[in-house]
Amino acid sequence: MRVKFWGTRGSIPAPLDTRALQAKLIVALTLAAGRNLDTPERARAFVEQELPFELSHTFGGNSSCVQLDAGGEEYVLCDLGSGARVFANSVLAAHGPGRGHVYHVFMSHLHWDHISGFPFFMPAYIPGNRIRIYGCHDALEQALRQQNAAPSFPVDFSRLGAAIEFVALEPGRRYDVAGFSVRALRQFHSGDSYGYRFERAGKAVVYSTDSEHKRDDPAETDAFVEFFRDADLVIFDAMYSLADAYSVKEDWGHSSNVVGVELAQLARVKHLCMYHHEPIFDDARLGAILGETRRLEEITRQEHRVEISSAWDGMEIAV
Amino acid sequence: MELKPQRYEDTVVLSPTGRINHATSDVFSTALRPHMERCAAGQDRLVLDLSGLEYISSAGLRVLMLARKQAQTQGGTLVVAALGPMLREIFEISRFSAVFDVYPSVRDALAAISPLALAAFERG
Repeated sequence: MRVKFWGTRGSIPAPLDTRALQAKLIVALTLAAGRNLDTPERARAFVEQELPFELSHTFGGNSSCVQLDAGGEEYVLCDLGSGARVFANSVLAAHGPGRGHVYHVFMSHLHWDHISGFPFFMPAYIPGNRIRIYGCHDALEQALRQQNAAPSFPVDFSRLGAAIEFVALEPGRRYDVAGFSVRALRQFHSGDSYGYRFERAGKAVVYSTDSEHKRDDPAETDAFVEFFRDADLVIFDAMYSLADAYSVKEDWGHSSNVVGVELAQLARVKHLCMYHHEPIFDDARLGAILGETRRLEEITRQEHRVEISSAWDGMEIAV
Repeated sequence: MELKPQRYEDTVVLSPTGRINHATSDVFSTALRPHMERCAAGQDRLVLDLSGLEYISSAGLRVLMLARKQAQTQGGTLVVAALGPMLREIFEISRFSAVFDVYPSVRDALAAISPLALAAFERG
């Protein structure tokens, strides 16, 4: 199975701006001084093999959307943030608009940064496509209908050409969808959010974003440890520092790298991927946080090692 | 997890030892509570000497953050001192080092918050 990240930014899309791009270029050109980069191939090799990640890449600016690709005919997504537009365009680029597909979308919650890609989700406009949107919120259908309606959007939901269905889920119950066994867990976030555990062929991936962990209730910790238990990959909201999450941003509904590492260690998770990045953080800052988080895992490790990564738009993880 | 108190005039130095994790943070919180009630304007100043602490988890750090908030609300003084290498890194990575007044040693902390307590500390 491959997990593909189409949008990894939290709260609002945050595109790379000219100032940040030029800052990268200046450092990259300085590092390239005196090098023979007079062909595109040499320049590409330099960029791909010698520049640090923060210069050769960007973590990206699209909001939440992750794909679980197990090689089946049907698509499985988590959330419909602005990254969903990029995902949809990639499908159309690969297959064209003539062929119908089935899309299964699991919604963590209905805040704008998790639904704002849907008006630009081209498969929704094409007859022959089938889109099944799953979630635990009573307002699931209402939120998406309201978004595709005047005065906020020119194309009313009723004019979408695809067959669109809404599927209400109950937390804790197992569902079989597109070859996955799926289970939801309620999380602490304004209006509630839900994490999803996907299991298939002995592998487990957990999508747990927009989830605050106060760490003051052992039962809550136990519930998440059980939910994350032995997962091959946990995609985890690490938006804030722990100090911020406990002070000025308490009750804002997000978590930290420190809590992510602890829960992953307790649950013996194989790979923890930090996600839902703070929009004010630039690539250098996110890269530094990744380094610190790997160091935290190292110094607090007992016998179980957790691989640590930080999601970026376009990243893929093989599970 | 143990919490050893030592008074120096108007300041109490608390020295937790062992590990503060999700299983022991409640014990730490309970042990800290009576000292926090007296950490107020005109009463005790508190120094948390963390030199004997092997590890503190996010649950333990939450107890510290709540204690800091309580001290602020009461007009009291709460600082931390003598972090070992691992604790120092945990404070940096969690950004607690940006929120707390952190001193390299208990002596440095006392020097910063109470000349009376420093004099008593130096007398032994």
